[in-house]
Amino acid sequence: MKNNIISAIRLTLVCLVFFCGIYTLAVYGISKLAPESMSFAKTKAGYYENVGQSFTNDKYFYSRPSAVAYNAAGSGGSNKGPSNPNYLAEVQARIDSFLVHNPGVQKEDIPSDLVTASGSGLDPNISVQGAKVQVKRIASIRNMNESTIHQLIEQQTEKPLLGLFGTEKINVLKLNLALDILN
Amino acid sequence: MNTEILGVILMFATVVALAIPLGRYIGKVFNYENTWFDSIFNPLDQLFFKLGGINPTKEMNWKQHLVALLIINVVWFVLAMLVLTNMSWLPLNPDQNPSMSADLAFNTSVSFVTNTNLQHYSGESGISYFGQLILMLWQFISAGTGIAICAVVFVAMKERTADTLGNFYSFFVRSCTRILLPISLVVATLLAFNGMPMTFEGKDTITTLQGDTVQVSRGPIAAFVAIKHLGTNGGGFFGANSAHPLENPSYFTNIVEMVTQMIIPIAMIFALGFVIKRRKLSWMIFGVMTIGFLLLTIPTIISEMEGNPAIANMGIAQNMGSMEGKEVRFGSTASAYWSIATTVISTGSINSMHDSFTPLSGMNQMLAMMVNAFYGGCGVGMLNFYIYIILAVFISGLMVGRTPEFLGKKVEAKEMKIAMIIALLHPFLILVGTTLATSLPNLTAASLSNPGFHGFSQILYEFTSSSANNGSGFEGLGDNTPFWNIACGLVMLLGRYLPIIGPVAIAGILAGKKYIPESNGTLKTDTPTFGLMVFAVIAIIAALAFFPALTLGPIAEYFSMPK
Repeated sequence: MKNNIISAIRLTLVCLVFFCGIYTLAVYGISKLAPESMSFAKTKAGYYENVGQSFTNDKYFYSRPSAVAYNAAGSGGSNKGPSNPNYLAEVQARIDSFLVHNPGVQKEDIPSDLVTASGSGLDPNISVQGAKVQVKRIASIRNMNESTIHQLIEQQTEKPLLGLFGTEKINVLKLNLALDILN
Repeated sequence: MNTEILGVILMFATVVALAIPLGRYIGKVFNYENTWFDSIFNPLDQLFFKLGGINPTKEMNWKQHLVALLIINVVWFVLAMLVLTNMSWLPLNPDQNPSMSADLAFNTSVSFVTNTNLQHYSGESGISYFGQLILMLWQFISAGTGIAICAVVFVAMKERTADTLGNFYSFFVRSCTRILLPISLVVATLLAFNGMPMTFEGKDTITTLQGDTVQVSRGPIAAFVAIKHLGTNGGGFFGANSAHPLENPSYFTNIVEMVTQMIIPIAMIFALGFVIKRRKLSWMIFGVMTIGFLLLTIPTIISEMEGNPAIANMGIAQNMGSMEGKEVRFGSTASAYWSIATTVISTGSINSMHDSFTPLSGMNQMLAMMVNAFYGGCGVGMLNFYIYIILAVFISGLMVGRTPEFLGKKVEAKEMKIAMIIALLHPFLILVGTTLATSLPNLTAASLSNPGFHGFSQILYEFTSSSANNGSGFEGLGDNTPFWNIACGLVMLLGRYLPIIGPVAIAGILAGKKYIPESNGTLKTDTPTFGLMVFAVIAIIAALAFFPALTLGPIAEYFSMPK
């Protein structure tokens, strides 16, 4: 019993040094070897491309609703259940507001990702349909050709992994940066 | 075929293809056979034993194994409490996060030492980097504990009569250094090379394109996330866990994290066949577990791809499926797959918010934890399955009128009593906990974020997750209150240690019995028929015990929604 306790304490300290200390430093060292394009880093303009930003201004493509208002000091989803009446009223209000800001858009063209909050509250992406449905609004506010914007969306579409696995998506920040360059 | 479904098939195929050779390797580690990496690991292990003052060749019987396990776990709990309640003045705290209150520290310490990783705090604001690194230590060694004690049961199942079953510390150190450490290093490298931060700097402040000023939390995430998944721990570095774009930046990292969390539980099945030289038994177990896993996964994927019927009624397009609480880069299919994978094995990490899944998906997530043995956590999944096997041996023995035997050992009254107690413990903890919480509305009602049936599901999920040592949650539950911290902490403790003690006791007692060679009269346990029997036992225990509670929660919610 006494031997067990002493062994347990000593072994724990060895594990502490090894798995907290040496392992962490090893991974830290290895991570420094990653090329800049693949590692976590700020862009020149001072953004993190992977961390979503709030876009509510009508001249930009909107990002998804967020339970944490895109402040990455925290993170989280709405955690509203699928049958929660307050939640469903909120989604209805988002649809109505979207229709007001986007005249000429049919309700059945609005994809659900634009009116539902993501899990992290920091989703950097929207679906391709989520971008297309906003083209009319952007074109009229920015006095641009709709086809130019459609082309831009085409360019900015990120295909599934190897063209085979996962979803097709658009990074809202990159799309809006490209949009600002065009106009 | 749809690329989202192809992605899910890729994830499952990859993990099975990697788990079979890994199982062989783990089997060799348990059997003390030579492996390629001995020249590195032998000296490393010797260093651990020397500094720890341990004689790794001292044989232990099953009781000594359990004593060693329990004592070292008490030491870990005490150390965790000390660190978590003193973080504010300890080093590595760039964001000046506060220390934890006593009840929250109790819950968190128990949660990480028991491999549960239920989190009643948010990583961004509730813990320092030093605290995170300490939690990472438990992620290594609690998983190592599970693997080591599972090795003890495997050794006990060998064809011989034996009282001693190897040395606990030796199995433990070997599990940590030879299995967890090298794979974690590989995974952490893959993650750090794919956009995951590995920094000790605190929060960054940026101005967005639209002109808002926000903060971005960072940290040594790559190292943490690797072992979080490999050890089936699941505790997130951030509040949003692997839904966070820095904790799971892309579809590729999602595949890596998914494969990492399932690989050891599946490999353990094949390790068993290797250790006791019965490959067919491994395939029987793998078959039963996989059928159970698919029966839960497929309906969940279908339900999430169809979307929320209440939102469909509003007349918008749900081409991507139900997207509340999900990330566009994963989509509803990979999120649904993850939600079942993380609940059948006891990881409990999430890449989407389980609270917002459609009702029947939420039910499948709970069922996965209620069974808790379709693959199951690192090591302990096999221990849970072992209990089901013992029950099935007994029942089928009675059905054909023979003395129940498993691997040449007679299963008698004492073993059956232990198996029954352990099988009933899990429903007992979940249902009594849920009853207690619902009967004390002044302590719990304010913590629910949803009304009606779904609110009940939130309570049921929390206790299920605690007892299964899973750690995921219907996160809308405001659970950082003394009631939830203490109640869940106690359930996690009982749900961890009793289901370890039970199977080890049974296996230890059986190992000491006389070995009876197989004859014509022996009930074969490596056949599909017996697999079906085990499956039936699991279905009966889960269905009978939990069906009433599920009816009040997710099933009632399902029928209350528009079709």
